[in-house]
Amino acid sequence: MHATSIRVSEDPQVQYLLRIGDTALILAQRLAEWTGHAPVLEEDIALANIGLDLLGQARGVLTRAGELEGQGHDEDQLAFLREERDYRNATIVELPRGDFAFTVVRNTMMATFFKLLWGRLTESSDAEVAAIAAKAIKEARYHQQHSADWVVRLGLGTDESKKRMVNAIDELWRFGAELFASDPVDEAAAKSGLGPRWGDLKTDWSREMDSILSEAQLAVPAESTFMSTGKQGRHSEHMGFILTDMQYLQRAFPGGTW
Amino acid sequence: MSGDVKNEWPLWEVFVRSKSGLDHKHCGSLHAADPKMAIQMARDVYTRRQEGTSIWVVRSDNIVASDPGEKGEFFDPMEDKVYRHPTFYKLPQEVDHM
Repeated sequence: MHATSIRVSEDPQVQYLLRIGDTALILAQRLAEWTGHAPVLEEDIALANIGLDLLGQARGVLTRAGELEGQGHDEDQLAFLREERDYRNATIVELPRGDFAFTVVRNTMMATFFKLLWGRLTESSDAEVAAIAAKAIKEARYHQQHSADWVVRLGLGTDESKKRMVNAIDELWRFGAELFASDPVDEAAAKSGLGPRWGDLKTDWSREMDSILSEAQLAVPAESTFMSTGKQGRHSEHMGFILTDMQYLQRAFPGGTW
Repeated sequence: MSGDVKNEWPLWEVFVRSKSGLDHKHCGSLHAADPKMAIQMARDVYTRRQEGTSIWVVRSDNIVASDPGEKGEFFDPMEDKVYRHPTFYKLPQEVDHM
């Protein structure tokens, strides 16, 4: 048996929620890769906790996206039965796990972003989305605190930790731009009150990231003109491999549950 | 994980107060570099199933413990002093639930 792929509506409301749900889902998958591999046992559990929080957020948002779409797709079908081009996550979350510095920098960038996004989504015109956001923002606050602490520790740590942090920021920073590139999907969400244009979060995000990096005595890189395109479904070469892992069970055993 | 003991983070004892409990109860230990990290790690390791509403951590080497070798002279003399339990008093009717 083999489960066939589903196609998802291009409706901007649905697309807006898929971007949020997919970004949380794929980052959760990347964080799960640390299980059993983190530098210390305690941090192993901490990273798994963050991943599971993100997975929970993805479940809520994907479920709501399926309801708004009205074609009967549930969270599992949306998470596991789409083709690569129908995933709407920002590219930054699909980049390979990297070393611990890479994970810490990415988590800080994303937790800061999600914290600001959930904060605005608590006022969503969609009551379901607002309820998900009210729960998720508490999680995101902790994720930011925990990850930013590591940025400061490693930035002020040894020559080696500082070098790795500089490399991680250097690799990741340009992928941040995509988070704040607003397009018609954002406009529609802003107009209907579903949620903010992601671009509207940029000023606050930059201010918070600047403050974290300066405390860590790490330089804030200049803005780059590079623009990744995951939100449009055009992903990096890494995306297919994640989906192969993620989708295997649902593809091989359609409708399989615990 | 480093096998070099000198490079290990210090050990901390974790105490968690549950939703219904008044007192913080010892629930285990963990390694962390400093107090801030110890509190965060305690949160992640020991309260992930809704166990707590408050956490205390204390460096394990700050705890002074009784010597297991002195267990005899420390605790055995109390065995035959039943009169230290207030079971010989007649309680007035009004004082219920003692």
